Amino acid sequence: MSPRVRTPIILGSSLQGGNWVCVSIDFWSFFFSSWISWFLSSKGNEYFCEVEEDFILDRFNLTGLNNEVANYPQALDLITDQLDDDIQDEFRGSLDVQARLLYGLIHARWIVTARGLAKMLEKYKRAEFGRCPRVLCQQQPLLPVGLTDIPYEKSVKLYCGRCEDLYSPKSSRHGSIDGAYFGTTFPHLLFLVYPTLIPPKSGPADLGPLSTAAGASSSGAGAIAGELARSRRRQKEEAPMIAEGGGEDINTANVALKAERYRPKIYGFQVNEIAKLQRWQEAMRDRQVKRLEEMETQGAT
Amino acid sequence: MDPSQAEFEEEAISGTGEGDENMEGVEEQDDGYTSSTPTSTLTWISWFCSLPGHEYFCEVTEDFIEDDFNLTGLNTMVPFWKEAMEMVLDVEPDEDASKIPDVSIVESSAEMLYGLVHQRYILTRPGLQSMVEKYEAGIFGSCPRVYCAGCNVVPCGRSDLPGLDTVKLFCPNCNDIYVPPSSRFQGVDGAFFGTTFAHLFFQTYRELSPAPFWRASTPSGASLSPRSSTGSMSRSSTSPGTFFNPNPHGGQKRAAGYVYVPRIYGFKVSERAKSGPRMQWLRLRPENADELDMVDWRGRWIDDDDGYDEEEEEEMEDKRMEDFDPDAADDDDDDDEEEEEEEVQEISGSMRHALEMPVGQSARTNPTVPRALEGLGGGRLRMVRQWAPSRHVEVQG
Ligand SMILES: [Zn+2]
Ligand SMILES: [Zn+2]
Repeated sequence: MSPRVRTPIILGSSLQGGNWVCVSIDFWSFFFSSWISWFLSSKGNEYFCEVEEDFILDRFNLTGLNNEVANYPQALDLITDQLDDDIQDEFRGSLDVQARLLYGLIHARWIVTARGLAKMLEKYKRAEFGRCPRVLCQQQPLLPVGLTDIPYEKSVKLYCGRCEDLYSPKSSRHGSIDGAYFGTTFPHLLFLVYPTLIPPKSGPADLGPLSTAAGASSSGAGAIAGELARSRRRQKEEAPMIAEGGGEDINTANVALKAERYRPKIYGFQVNEIAKLQRWQEAMRDRQVKRLEEMETQGAT
Repeated sequence: MDPSQAEFEEEAISGTGEGDENMEGVEEQDDGYTSSTPTSTLTWISWFCSLPGHEYFCEVTEDFIEDDFNLTGLNTMVPFWKEAMEMVLDVEPDEDASKIPDVSIVESSAEMLYGLVHQRYILTRPGLQSMVEKYEAGIFGSCPRVYCAGCNVVPCGRSDLPGLDTVKLFCPNCNDIYVPPSSRFQGVDGAFFGTTFAHLFFQTYRELSPAPFWRASTPSGASLSPRSSTGSMSRSSTSPGTFFNPNPHGGQKRAAGYVYVPRIYGFKVSERAKSGPRMQWLRLRPENADELDMVDWRGRWIDDDDGYDEEEEEEMEDKRMEDFDPDAADDDDDDDEEEEEEEVQEISGSMRHALEMPVGQSARTNPTVPRALEGLGGGRLRMVRQWAPSRHVEVQG
């Protein structure tokens, strides 16, 4: 077991590429810089969140990963900062690749846990995964998702909870991240667990309570740091993060009717074939709404 | 508001939290352009079109600008009309040009003049021709939507009047509009491309316009490995030889028709869930052109008086929404009852079947699910109830 005493302190915030990023490190990583904090601060790794050490140290959570990662024991030692210092430099280079793979695969499992979801939720509320490029989604923040859970198959994509579609990251450094490090389940589990966070189909994107708190207070980044500290405290207490959900009363049967769509026009007139397709699509929509509303009333009686 | 907050909000508004770093160098040059003047070897038009952020503009021919008919109505919209015309056409200014207070005013007038003329020019045959060359060279970029499979886009405006909105990009495959990926286009007026151009473009070049119907490629593709599936997908979207749209006025290109199917632990998220899919209609295409005629001009189903066969319909949709990954698509071919069963089991599946992973999942998939979901505690019960309200009792045991 690591001798470290985990006492998270908020050191404040630093300006990174135009974004205010809260830097929270413990004493150990402050003086020695842990592999994970190094990994998370590397350019291109902005989508990843911190996997808590408890999760990594619980062998059960890593079941099967020894078959996926070469030099698994050493890779695990590297990401938990327990690698022997006398290891050869040339081996260290290749080990780093394996350590990234291992961290990514652990990350995919971590972000579908309650605490992992909560961590990704903080990043989502700060729109750290970018915003939907679709004009009518009005800057809706995105969530990372994989097309497969198997590594080395497909790069990471971004899911928009408003148009419910997938987009490619704008930046090539994000476009080359393995989608398996986020998995196919994550964004859908997030909205399943936090139904109140399902984005509205029209109107400006609601960034949720986190950013509202930051916006209300003029101290900006300080408020975010405070919020982070609070949420960290909540996590430590193992409080049920689920409380934020509580969407018993949410009814999404007919939300699609509120969704805006673009209508191509030539000199003000709709384009025939596209208009026909759009009418068909809207008839499909109406049919689903009818089906869902019927289900709703059946469920109520 | 303190400076740090201002910084934060600016970032939030611009929405360029990512991806622009490679453009920064270009944008620095951008600052200097309004005061710089074209070099003598370059016409004003060539210079203007070569500026960073002006990549979407084509060069309007001088004879088009010199024809007064093409400029009808524009002189009331552009201040310093005469001077702006002279600047755009590289005509030596008159002796009394000194009465213009500031050359930058004329420059912005010249930009407005050129932009508005450009809006009209790209609706003409030579204008469309210039734009199709840029289109085929990929100058306008491609659709950011994953399942549009890199379909090229064209610039468009949301208004024909200047000063209202910046340029957007129209994708003919999803018929939707997108924010350009780089912030350097945030200073380009959408009216300089107008609302009509994008659609006239795809009416003119029908071979570039995806058809409104789509059928998944043959089931033989499903037995291939995932790697070759991407191959078959690009093949189907780029082989016009075998494709035919019965509507001669419609799109003659095979569409990229996949619609995203959200999954939790390999199970499709049911529409019965509150967080279930609500927007797939937006991207959906019928399998055949005939199906489009099943809806009348008011958007109502023809011959739909006493409802429709719900299960048959759901099955139809499932076929259209096959997954990218042909291995995962196998389960879509199940018959109706099995389909029903799967949906009932969906959330329970994420709990109960996680270790078995029955749906096209390899043994490599996450075996830690039960532990992982432990922390969700009370949420578990509620999640189950959300799904299929009346049918879940047996799953709980
Ligand atoms: Zn969207
Ligand atoms: Zn598209």
